[in-house]
Formats: sequence, structure tokens, C-alpha cells
Amino acid sequence: MLKIDCPYCGARAETEFRCGGESLIQRPLLDCSDAEWAAYLHTRKNPKGLHVERWHHAHGCGMWFNAARSTVTHRIHATWAMRDPVPELPE
Amino acid sequence: MSGYRLNTGGLIDHSQRVRFSWGGQPFEGHPGDTLASALLANGVDIVGRSFKYHRPRGILGAGLEEPNAIVQLGDGATTIPNRKATEVELFDGLSASAVNAWPSPELDLMAVNGLVKRFIPAAFYYKTFTWPHWRWFEPAIRRAAGLGRAPEVADPDRYDQRHAHVDLLVVGGGLAGLAAALAAGKAGRQVLLVEGDALMGGAIFGPDAVALRAEVQRLAAELNALPNVTCKTRTLAVGYHDHNLVSLVERLTDHLPEHARRGPRQRLWKVRAQDVVLATGVIERPLVFDGNDLPGVMLASAAGLTLERHAVAPGRRVVLATNNDRAWSAALALAEAGVAVAAILDARTAAEPALLAAARAAGIAVETGTSVAAALGRRAVTGVRTTRLDAGGHAIGEGRRIACDCLLVSGGWNPAVHLHSQAGGSLGWDDGLQAFVPTHQPQPCRSVGAAAGDLDLSIRPLWQVAREGAAPSPSAWVDFQNDVTAADVALAHREAFRSVEHLKRYTTLGMASDQGKTSNVNGLAIMGSLQGKAPAEVGTTRFRPPYDPSTMGAYAGHRRGDLLKPIRRLPAHAIHAALGAMFEDYGPWRRPAFYPRPGEREAAAVAREARAVRQSAGLFDASPLGKIEVKGPDAATLLDRIYVGTMFTLKPGRCRYGLMLNEHGIVFDDGVVARIAEDHFLVGTTSGHASAVQALFQEWLQCEWTDLAVATEEVTQGWAVMNVAGPNARTILQSLETDIDLSADAFPHLAHREGRIEGVPCRIQRVSFSGELSFEVAVPTRYGPALHARLMAAGAPFGITPFGIEALMVLRTEKGFLHVGSDTDGMTLPQDIGFGGPVTAKKTDFVGRRSCLRLDGQRADRRQFVGLESLDGRLLPVGGHVLKPDEAAPARSQGWVTSSVHSPALGRPHALGMIEAGRARMGEEVQVWDLGTGYRARIVDPCAFDPYGVRMNG
Repeated sequence: MLKIDCPYCGARAETEFRCGGESLIQRPLLDCSDAEWAAYLHTRKNPKGLHVERWHHAHGCGMWFNAARSTVTHRIHATWAMRDPVPELPE
Repeated sequence: MSGYRLNTGGLIDHSQRVRFSWGGQPFEGHPGDTLASALLANGVDIVGRSFKYHRPRGILGAGLEEPNAIVQLGDGATTIPNRKATEVELFDGLSASAVNAWPSPELDLMAVNGLVKRFIPAAFYYKTFTWPHWRWFEPAIRRAAGLGRAPEVADPDRYDQRHAHVDLLVVGGGLAGLAAALAAGKAGRQVLLVEGDALMGGAIFGPDAVALRAEVQRLAAELNALPNVTCKTRTLAVGYHDHNLVSLVERLTDHLPEHARRGPRQRLWKVRAQDVVLATGVIERPLVFDGNDLPGVMLASAAGLTLERHAVAPGRRVVLATNNDRAWSAALALAEAGVAVAAILDARTAAEPALLAAARAAGIAVETGTSVAAALGRRAVTGVRTTRLDAGGHAIGEGRRIACDCLLVSGGWNPAVHLHSQAGGSLGWDDGLQAFVPTHQPQPCRSVGAAAGDLDLSIRPLWQVAREGAAPSPSAWVDFQNDVTAADVALAHREAFRSVEHLKRYTTLGMASDQGKTSNVNGLAIMGSLQGKAPAEVGTTRFRPPYDPSTMGAYAGHRRGDLLKPIRRLPAHAIHAALGAMFEDYGPWRRPAFYPRPGEREAAAVAREARAVRQSAGLFDASPLGKIEVKGPDAATLLDRIYVGTMFTLKPGRCRYGLMLNEHGIVFDDGVVARIAEDHFLVGTTSGHASAVQALFQEWLQCEWTDLAVATEEVTQGWAVMNVAGPNARTILQSLETDIDLSADAFPHLAHREGRIEGVPCRIQRVSFSGELSFEVAVPTRYGPALHARLMAAGAPFGITPFGIEALMVLRTEKGFLHVGSDTDGMTLPQDIGFGGPVTAKKTDFVGRRSCLRLDGQRADRRQFVGLESLDGRLLPVGGHVLKPDEAAPARSQGWVTSSVHSPALGRPHALGMIEAGRARMGEEVQVWDLGTGYRARIVDPCAFDPYGVRMNG
């Protein structure tokens, strides 16, 4: 079970959170092509390594935030609030 | 085997007796015994039957590695299956029996399986019982091969769960663990040390036992004096999870007589540790030779521990067969205690002079370069046949016979790397130890002591005692608990299941409840030798939690029965109960389904309630309807981006029906949105869906539209809502004291008003899911019961009738009103249910809009929402498929029935459904097919009653 550092509350157990999947996805405008829209809906990076994803502190403060987690080691390199800039991350 | 108790020694209380029963027979032991040591002391040699062949089996180990002595503890509600006799502390009144023997382990009728053993090798069942299907045979086979019995009634015990956060968690209370805890404790760290056993100390046996035991007590005393160190016995670390979370199962009362048990039986600890030290010691492995599963064959360490802890000798005449020096101390300790040790057979070509001298002094014959070719005996060991080993470790020559009633074996020592492996650590082969040892560990965790491979050991690898080139023996056991022999491993090799993962699954090696603690390394080494590979090249499987089987209760904790999924009751629940409501659970809510009169059946009650609403008035508790306050300068913008319809143009004091999609365009929720003020909306959602809608609002606001100034808050449970519906609804409501003008002109359909009613604040909406004149009156939750009572009293002259969900479903189906989740599914787009206009007409984007515009969404043959009229007067079955009139299944389905009711207002059934191109097929006759029966039906408009809404708008 992961230990996740909520930017608002501090470190809490994974059971308090809900993972919202890949973050920093650009939502296309209404006049985009079908292919662009399909990519937005379905195509995910699914990396073996560092993954920027969004988490919801559902059983806590209720806030969404970003986390950079390694899908190999589960190490969470950084968490940051939605409005904050992306911090420097390892390769 | 003829084990017996020594008069002195051990850590038991010789002066006290403990009575217990084994297989219904009474026995006695002493405080400090385990069930295994007490059985050994009583000379019980056969303690179980093997899983598959029902061979007689005796006690092999002294701890959690035990594969044979698998017992059913107690009976009735508190019974526990599949415990190892070696881990069960003896208490007065304990009753236990073997799990896989009938009628008893001594006389097991299923042992006939053993006679046909050569015909049921690995994978036999899967290969043989294939026609017509494995599941036809499975129940009978499982009965024959089963392990213990689960209790058949609810567990009466309580189980606790706790979290802990520590600087250092030490797993294992042997010398290495105690030392690590003490060092950290003295440095001021918060330390938790856990030991699965009832005593600290770990595997202490042999001639140094007394000195080592004294050292353990000194360290334990020092630890006890440190306030920042907590030590727990009977607490087993069973799981190692991500981010240094370790789960522990603490046995609080299992070791006590039933009458003395107080409080929770077990406690599950979830410990988050900054650092973890694993001091889990080593587990001895047996040797593989013919007849090595006979009762009387025992691990050397088990004999040493049983002597040291329980003053029990495992037999009267003992032989030790080993391939390493460490096992000698068990034989030497037995000799010192007065047990005859007939011989030590050491596979190594030479033994240490000090050991040889000690053996000579004890009068023990020693043969080096020798091992045991076979254990002799039918139901228990009566002797061994020895064999010389050549330079390659193969058996040569005939050897000699040595009579004995106990054969101690030692094939090497495996560090207990299970938790290290669970934590994500990798393993490496250590040639010096002939075992896997921990190597890389990604988590802040290190292994120490013997668990880290820190062990003085002289060992000669010996995986199987067999002649060169001989076929692996079907009588040489590798995995005792799952009855896997050397021949089964060879079969897996022959049939190309050679990787360690395939070997495991094909033969079930290591898949029993002991997780292969004594068998894995022997099995993979034999597989390696068949391929000419070293064990290091074969590799090993990853270990999974739990380290030892744990009770379901510990994991469930308090989350059981009524607490598993708490039920939400209505504020006026007691009133509904007093009115005779039949309750049902709808989502998280327990709600009245209908209110039968004495002797009235469900269908009659539902019809009576629905009729009352159409004819005069009904009262429905709508409190679970979702309510979300949306407030702020950008409130209208938010709702415009969420809903299919336009909310921007809604006037304060008015309501509008809204449909909500997910980003895939699929219908997600619907409800009525009321505008209370320019910057303030009240969003209505379907019952049980409010939290999901609130979560959707927040995800969009926080992650995508961060520039919008708007707050949302779910207030569902802050309000009790009573819905008065029917032609007399207004008259009844007007007879209550209120400052709101309820007249038709002042309060039109789809209006929202705030004010007071009967002296309390209220919100009233004129909305209708029944198609009648209808008011939803919301008051603060605590006034809900009072409001219900006043409305019932005010409506009494009009015969106001409380109605439940079932009648409401009849009313809305007659009207053709969609119910999201009943009539829609995970493929339904708004255009499928008649909302194609708003999707194209709206000027701005909203969630899911782009998905609706895909080509697939424009297909003319999409399933569309329609009504279905029954042509033969029968109720159409929900879920029935729509076929052509003259077709019978199997045929292509054109859609299905989603809602279906007997309509009292129409005097006939009416149904709703999703049918391909349905709106263009009005009047067409179809057939509804369900479970072999066809029903004639006609596609009609969904609305079958009051199509112009005269009643609702009047």
C-alpha cells in the first residue's frame, strides 16, 4: 500500500486516495478530428517508469493533485498541487 | 516412531498437566507444549494423511514449515482448519483432529488412492477428467483430496485492526533480531520487535542451548527496560507491501482455553516503518530419498527444538542423515539427553574433528561419504538402508541396514527470504550455503543474521539420493503437503514444463498452505539436475503474502455483518415501518418498496398505490434524491459545460430537466436543476448518485476549469423530501401553514420556491416523475418525520396513500419517463433517448458532446428508446430480446425490454425498451423472446398515459 504525500494534508495511506489516471492531458476543442478526440479519450502513455498521474484525496481534503510515480518501483518522486508548475523530475 | 517425554528439561512446566483431545481420544501434555510436541510425547506417530495419496504422515518440522501435521482445531463456529500442529499452543480442553483422514489417520479408507499412485501422477486429474467437463468430477475429487472444513456458521469472535508508525520494525525475536532492536533502541529510535512464536529466542538447540537461552533473556530484559521499544510475541509478520507497510497478525486469545478468552481473538496490525530489519532465520530442508515421507522421518532442527523446548525425544533409537555440519548438534543434544543415537550418516567426505570427537565421546557411529538410500517400514520408520556416495553424489553399492524408529534428516538450510521477496527484493544463489540469499532490496529494509545468509556452514550439495542415471523415484517425496515426488518433477521436465513457474503450476510443487517452505529448493534443484543446470540458473518463484495462512476474520476486522456496508435509512424510517412498509435496498438506501395492507400481495398493493396517486393523492418519501448546491459567479457556466441542455438561460425560481453525460457521451445521470438566484443553483441527481456527480463536478473544476469561481457541495442528507402527488396534491399542501403561494398561477409546473411550512424552513419544487400534479417539499432532515405525519393527517380526508418505489416505477413507466440505469446502459448516447436536438442545437461545448458527434453516434440503426405494447395481454419480460414476429431464438437481437409494468390506469401492461431504429418503426409488430417463450408486441410511443401532460401541468 502506497504512502502518498498529499500537498494539502501530508503523507497518508493509499486507501484514502483514488487514482485518476494519467495527468496533464490536453483536452481538444470541439472542432478536433475524430482521431484527435479518440486519442484524448483512450490513448495513454502507460510507461514502464516515471508516470505523471492525478490523485484525489477522496477520504481526506477532497483535493486533486499530481504525482510522479515510478510504475516499476512505485516510488513517488514528487506530488504537487494542480495549479503549481511541474517540478523537476528524473528521466 | 515412539516419542516420549524426558523427566526434566525443556521450557515446560512438568508439574502441571493439560488435557486435550486428538481425534476424539483424550491425551495429556504440559503447559508450554505445542500440539505437535504433546502428540510426540504421547507416542502418536501418524498425525495425518497426505493430500492426494492418503499416505500416513508424521510430524516433520517444529514450526511454520510443517507440511504434514495439518489439523482441524476445535469445532462448531470457532473451528479453524489447516493449522499446523507445530504452531498450535496447547491449552486445557483443546480438541483437534487430522484434516484429511477418514475415519482416522491410523485407519484411512481413502488410502486406496495410494495403491493406484503410479496411475495418478502430476496433472492426472486435468488430463483424465476432461469429458464432458472437469467440473462434473471436481466435487468428488475435491472431497477426497480436501484439506480442512470451513466453519458452517458465522464466526462469533471479534477481530481488531490497528495501524502503527515506527522508526524501525524488527521481524524475528532470535538473537539477531534482539540485537538489532537493542542497537536501535539505545540510539533512541521508536522500535517495534515482533516474534511469531510464543517465546523470544528463535531456533535455539544443541549443546550451546543453555548459554544461548541466557543471552536471549539478557537481551530481552535490556529491551524491556527501554521505553521506546515494544516487543510482541505471538505476532507474525505475514505480508510485506509497498512503501514499507508490513502486516502483522497478533494472536491474542488463540492460546487460551475457550472459557478464559476475553476481547478480540486476533489483531491485524498495519505497520508503516521507516526501516525494517528482517531477522527471520533459516528453515531446514529435508533430503529426498525413497520412503522419506514415512512417519518417524523428521528434520534434525525439529528434533533439536522439540527436545530443547518441550523435553520430548522423538524416538528411542535415532539415526541422523545429513549433508552439513549444522545438523549434528541435534543428534549430539539427543545423545546427551540419554537417547540412543545409532548413527550419523554424513554425505560429506569428511567431518570436523571437533564434531567427530563429540560423537565418539557420545558413542555414536559416524559414517562419512554416506547417506540414506531408503527409509524402511510400512506405517512408520523401522530402519534405514545406507548407501555410499561417489564423487558425483550418486548412490553406489548396497550399504547396510540400521534399525531405528526415528530418522533425522538435514539437506541444508534456506534463509527465510519470504518477506524480503514480498518486499520486491531479489535473491542470489550462495554456493557456500547452497541456498538462495537476499541480494538487492529496493525498499528501506535489510536482512540480518541467518536470514541474510550469515551462517557458518559446511555443506555438500545433495538433492536426491539416487543411482547415476536412475529414473527419479516415485517414492521419494519433494513436496510432502501436495504429494509431489521426484518422479513428478521428472514428468514435468519430460513434458516441457521446465521453467520454475511452469514446474510449480504443473506439479503444484510449493503451492500448498506451507508455500513450499521445505520443498521449493529441493524441487528446483532436481529440475536443474535433469537439465544439467545449477540451481542458480533455474531460479526461484517470487513469494506472495501471507507468509503463513491467516484467518479471514483478521482481514475483515469490524467490516462484517451490518458494518460491512452500512445501510442508509430515511429520516422517517420509523413512520414507514409503522405504516407497514416492505423495505428494499436501492443502492445504499433502504426504502419502502410498497405498503401492503394485511393479507395484500405485492402486485395488489402496488396497483392500489398507483391508482390512488392517479385518482386523488399519494405521499412518497423522496429524501434520497441527490441534492448539490452550486454557488458562485461562474455557477451557470459550470452547469452549462456539464449538462446537455442550456442552464445559462434558466430564470431564478425556475427548474429545468437536465441530462448529464460522461466524456464518452454516455448518459451518466439526470435530474432537475433549480436556479435559486443568479449565482446559486440546486442540482438534483438520481438517488444514490449524488456523490458521483459531486465528484465529477470537483474533478472538472479542480483539474480542467481551474479558472471558474464556483463552489459545489453535496447536501443530500441535509434535507428530508416529501413528494405529494395526485389531483388533490395542491389542496392538501395548502391546508398546511405556509407563506408560499401554491396557487396554479403563482406556482406553475417547474417552479422552485423557498419559504416556511408549519413553522420550519422549506424548499418546494413543482416537479413530477409520476405525471400528476406534484410537489416535492424539502425541510431540514430532522423535520422529515413531522412533515410526513402532517401531510398524512392533512391528506386523510382525500384518502392520501403512502406509495413506494414500485408504484412510482409503474407511474413513470406509464408516462414513458426514462429512468437512467434502468432504461439506459453503458452504450446509451443522448440521441438514443430523444435528446439529439439539444446536442446539435447548443452553441457551446459540454462534457461528452464531441463523443456524440462521432460517426458511430449518427448511425440510423442505433437502439432507440421506445414503448412496447403487449398484444396478447401478458406482461413483457424485462431483459427479453426483440426479434422479428416470425422468428425464434437463436436469431439476431434487435434490442430488449428495459422496463415493464402492469398499468392500473391503462388496464393493461406497458413496457419500455431500446430497439434498433425504434423511433422510425412506430406501430410495427415485433416479438419479444425470453427463455424459450415468445410474446407478441407492438412498438409504440414511450408515453401511454396523458400524452399532452394535462394532469401534470394543470
